[in-house]
Amino acid sequence: MANVTESAPGSQRLQLLRVLGPAHVWALGVGIVLVGEYMGWNFSVGKGGMIAGLIACWVAGLLYTCVAMIDSEVTSTVAAAGGQYAQAKHIVGPLMAFNVGLFLVMAYTMLEAANAITVGFLLDTVAGMLGHEGLNEQPFIVLAIMFLAWLNYRGVLATLTFNLVITAIAFVAIVTLFVCVHIGVSSVPLDFSAITTDPLPYGWIGIVAALHFGLWYYLGIEGTCQAAEEVRSPARSLPFGTMAGIMTLLIAATMTWYICSGLIPWEYLGQAGTPLFDAARVTGSTGLMVLLFVGTAFATLASANGCINDASRAWFSMGRDRYLPSWFGAVHPVYRTPYRAIVFLVPIALIFALGAPLDQVVTFSILSGLLGYTFMTFNMVMFRRKWPLDTIKRGYVHPFHPVPTIVLLALCATAYFAVFLGYGTQLSAMMCFYIVASLWFHFRRYRYVSRGGQFSMPWPKPSGY
Amino acid sequence: MAYKPPKQGIAGQIFDVVTLLVLTIGALYIPLYLGLAGAAKTPNPVANPTWEALGQNAAEQQQWTALGITDPAAANDIITARFDYSFSWVALAIMAILVIGYFVMVVRLSDREYREVIEERFSDKR
Repeated sequence: MANVTESAPGSQRLQLLRVLGPAHVWALGVGIVLVGEYMGWNFSVGKGGMIAGLIACWVAGLLYTCVAMIDSEVTSTVAAAGGQYAQAKHIVGPLMAFNVGLFLVMAYTMLEAANAITVGFLLDTVAGMLGHEGLNEQPFIVLAIMFLAWLNYRGVLATLTFNLVITAIAFVAIVTLFVCVHIGVSSVPLDFSAITTDPLPYGWIGIVAALHFGLWYYLGIEGTCQAAEEVRSPARSLPFGTMAGIMTLLIAATMTWYICSGLIPWEYLGQAGTPLFDAARVTGSTGLMVLLFVGTAFATLASANGCINDASRAWFSMGRDRYLPSWFGAVHPVYRTPYRAIVFLVPIALIFALGAPLDQVVTFSILSGLLGYTFMTFNMVMFRRKWPLDTIKRGYVHPFHPVPTIVLLALCATAYFAVFLGYGTQLSAMMCFYIVASLWFHFRRYRYVSRGGQFSMPWPKPSGY
Repeated sequence: MAYKPPKQGIAGQIFDVVTLLVLTIGALYIPLYLGLAGAAKTPNPVANPTWEALGQNAAEQQQWTALGITDPAAANDIITARFDYSFSWVALAIMAILVIGYFVMVVRLSDREYREVIEERFSDKR
């Protein structure tokens, strides 16, 4: 990603280092998202019941498979810092790019805040189990965000290698819990009787409502393309890492639903703060409890780590293009990271982590993600129309176009309705925010942006222009 | 001739960042402060609760105990709380107009800006 200096004649351009491989891309994607198995997804059970939670898990999986297919094609071709932001800039236009940049920053910063809240809640729960009630969570929230921001400040390779290790451990923890419960380690049996006695407590509308938090299982997988300028071989690594990531998450999500729904009464599960850790508590096995404590802590840290990485890249890219003050478009002269963007976003994450309830922060993140997925649908159609397949070389061409686009749009519309059921005020407030921000950009900010310089890809002129 | 954007001063940069911050924080916190945020999940507690009266079988009772809740009264609110999914069609229509209108507005204004970008970028090569 990028250069920092204003391109004065003769000045040296600082570039982000191309040091990442497919495993790092997998770790970035899964690392951000795996926390969705450790917390948040279970609110879908609360909104619709056990069956609704499972259907939401798979329907959201289908939505994200479409996202991964579409994103892999566009990203492997527009391999530039900022991911979807750079895509929007080249395919739809500057105002859309500004909005997509905000979607990314909001979604990831809110997810980072949610992770920090969960770290604090987890430590409070464990302290209570050990007889130390009333732990002050706030120092741990601040410490988690500050430490990860420092790690990101120091360099992307160390950051994502750290993510690779702790993500793998968190994933192994889920598999271990699944296997151990099946070989009879749990002192309490799996019980799915609620599926027959209380299958749909809210009826069919509960299934739709559950999709709201079903997105949380996978939210953020599209973040893999944020590292486009730091990957050694984007055309190969980005599609491979992203598709491997979505497959990993589908498996983990199904195992998570199965274990938690079998070990925890659905009414409790629907409002639990740390469901996988709670499932381990129910087994009565100290070893599993410790493992899932570690897994939850690592998953939240890995996710927050990836979120800082992605949000700062999007913010940095907007600064570099002067969509935001150009001061943010700086790369550290030694560590080659977008250090000003990283530091600037720390207090914003803290404001939300320390002052807002978890479900609100999660909803804010989901809504920003959902707006981004809606953008992907018409972005894909415009991409194929403006540059048909034979006009530019693509790293990956997704099959069955436009079926994934149509399916994604239909699922996004359903998800908006799901959010509306119970969280309509937040949805309206957020839409008002993006409308006002768009008007601000178009009528005030855009005057500081150069025109032709925004289009940096070596492509022919788009057809129709 | 290529468009030359004006250079923005420090005060202008700070003003722009503060504007965005106020918008962002306001979007989340105003609904919270006005008490309009969040889904209404209302408990309907049963009188003299027992595990049986709350619909919990033997296995589920074991699970509640393992979670540290041994008294049915403590689980009464959790088990009986339900969302209210009744909604106003007018509110749904307003939401749909907001979402669709937002995307239509952004795409149209973007296209206007995009044409300038393409014209400047590719006019150099003519």
